[in-house]
Amino acid sequence: MKATILFIAGATILAGCATQLSESERQMRAERMFKEGFSKGNQEMAARVVQQDETQALCSKYPRGVPEAIASKIEKSQQATIRYPASGNLMGDWREGEKIAQDGWGLRFTDTGQPNRTNGGNCYACHQLAPQELSYGTLGPSLYQFGKVRGYGLEIQKYAYGKVYNAEAYSACTGMPRFGHNGILTEQQIKDVVALLMDPASPVNQ
Amino acid sequence: MRTIRPPAALLHVAAAVAFLACTPLPGSAQDKTSEEIEKYRRVLAEGNPAELWEARGEALWSTKRGPHNVSLEKCDLGLGVGMVKGAYAQLPRYFADTDKVQDVESRLVSCMVTLQGFTEADAKMNPYSAPGRHSDMEALTSYIAAESKGMQLNVPIRHAKELEAFELGEQLFYRRAGPHDFACSTCHGDQGKRIRLQELPKLIEPKEAQQIFTTWPAYRVSQGSVRTMQHRLYDCYWQMRHPQLDYTSDTAISLMVFMAKFANGGEINAPALKR
Repeated sequence: MKATILFIAGATILAGCATQLSESERQMRAERMFKEGFSKGNQEMAARVVQQDETQALCSKYPRGVPEAIASKIEKSQQATIRYPASGNLMGDWREGEKIAQDGWGLRFTDTGQPNRTNGGNCYACHQLAPQELSYGTLGPSLYQFGKVRGYGLEIQKYAYGKVYNAEAYSACTGMPRFGHNGILTEQQIKDVVALLMDPASPVNQ
Repeated sequence: MRTIRPPAALLHVAAAVAFLACTPLPGSAQDKTSEEIEKYRRVLAEGNPAELWEARGEALWSTKRGPHNVSLEKCDLGLGVGMVKGAYAQLPRYFADTDKVQDVESRLVSCMVTLQGFTEADAKMNPYSAPGRHSDMEALTSYIAAESKGMQLNVPIRHAKELEAFELGEQLFYRRAGPHDFACSTCHGDQGKRIRLQELPKLIEPKEAQQIFTTWPAYRVSQGSVRTMQHRLYDCYWQMRHPQLDYTSDTAISLMVFMAKFANGGEINAPALKR
């Protein structure tokens, strides 16, 4: 009798201290709960967040750093998604790029009813760019003098275009959105952002 | 009954907002700006408009309402029937009668249904106020939170369902999704980061989590209203390009339990005043 009670007490303590759920059970329950949490809102958006793509799923699985082999796999698969402009011209207008960098509008559930409005890139939310803009975030690195420091050549233009198009191709599980791959910005808008970074006349390079 | 001087409080707010809006940012302004914002918070703290919500919530708590025409005074917020003092400092927690982990708002919904006879849909109809439309939930939450002012946050994570909520909350904290690939951790996983000039707390760092978790609900100057933790999470998911988070969803409550684990020990200072 005493032994049984002790055994039960011991088991309870163990259960209380140990991680309760197996990894697969935990994930299954979390996914179900997440889906149920968006049952009343915009269902088109809900479908998109419930269904993760492979990159999102892998990056979610390794929040404290993705193993090297998986990181390479992600970068390789994402590199293959990048579509460069058919014209070969990667540079748009830096003035338009600056507007896109300032603009955070788009793809939130309240961003509706303006069919002619394009999404913003909201670059300043996370990066320093033109020195005139003091209200910049620091989640990403400073991009001040991006072209001036790296050189204005075609290779760097191509890198900038690719990075904005799909940052996962360069740095697996980066916090930076995949603006081209996920249809946030258009080809022309990405070219304009590249010009903001790479045009010698852009305020970013002063 | 605490004294409330709404005109004075609102004047403070107006003056501080005007002060902030009219102050030009000097050249090397980045650190200065944080200082200025801190100063503005201090000015505002002297007269927080949230006191109006607290007073309205206190009155609502004891008002007979709903199909059963009874007050909420028999509501058990976790410390026993009718015990409001200190209850907020221990929420969310597991409740045996509903067999669920509940935060203050989902618990209020339960009490409105079981005691007052509202339907669940009616109880959840107006969680977030809009210009010209009060939210009873914001008022009640403000009152209940204020009754734990100065106490230490002590959210229990012991019951199997509380432990599960923590684990599932952790899973969701790192879950990336949507067109921007954002997870909670994208913005709240590192120390010393900002969006524009807004500083971002690292929510798995006790010092930072404590300061955040213990100051909701808060009067948000940008919204002209008290907002609750439910709304804070709804707002985060909005910015993360996710759809509308269901009010009092388990997703919201699990994320709160996850955050509370790191915030436990912090001193409740809610309703606070925020941007």
